[in-house]
Amino acid sequence: MIKIPQSVYDEIVAHALKDNPIEACGYLAGINGEVKYAIPMKNRDASHEHFSFDPQEQFDAFKKTQKEGLRLISVYHSHPETPARPSEEDIRLAYDPNVSYIIVSLAGNEPDMKSFIIKNKTVEKEEIKII
Amino acid sequence: MKLTINGDSKEIKDGIVLSELLIIENVEMPEMVSVQLNDEFLTKEEHAVTVLKAGDEINFLYFMGGGA
Repeated sequence: MIKIPQSVYDEIVAHALKDNPIEACGYLAGINGEVKYAIPMKNRDASHEHFSFDPQEQFDAFKKTQKEGLRLISVYHSHPETPARPSEEDIRLAYDPNVSYIIVSLAGNEPDMKSFIIKNKTVEKEEIKII
Repeated sequence: MKLTINGDSKEIKDGIVLSELLIIENVEMPEMVSVQLNDEFLTKEEHAVTVLKAGDEINFLYFMGGGA
């Protein structure tokens, strides 16, 4: 289970809507499964069907959270036109076993956010608890 | 020797190169990580020839990307 403050949940959704139709992406910083804040990242691909992080920006986020005693516990990205489930590409590129993967779909009438643990190409749904 | 790896201080045998450290750290896809040694990026070609020294700070992060 990942615990997300309502304010952070709203921020992720707002980021997805703002960048639409480009995929929005970012890290969630936290500790012990509880998110403290979101770190919006630039989508280097600037695409409606792909995203990737800039390595320098990744290290900047990493070092900031380290100094605060936090970790990068989740990665989020939006699916502007498809459901909130990991695509084949999402699964193939989920190399980091230490984070959960959150997807925000804008395909329906309302934004839909789901979280997944992806390890060794196996996907497991993770409960999101809004706090 | 003592190294700081992703923020954690660890005791690692002397004389290893970065690519060996990634194996010790259970990185299954070393070609998919970006590495900084003392805040400087290393190229993939440098992984196998960069000998680590006591006190080095190594951070590595996985490539992050996906589709839709």
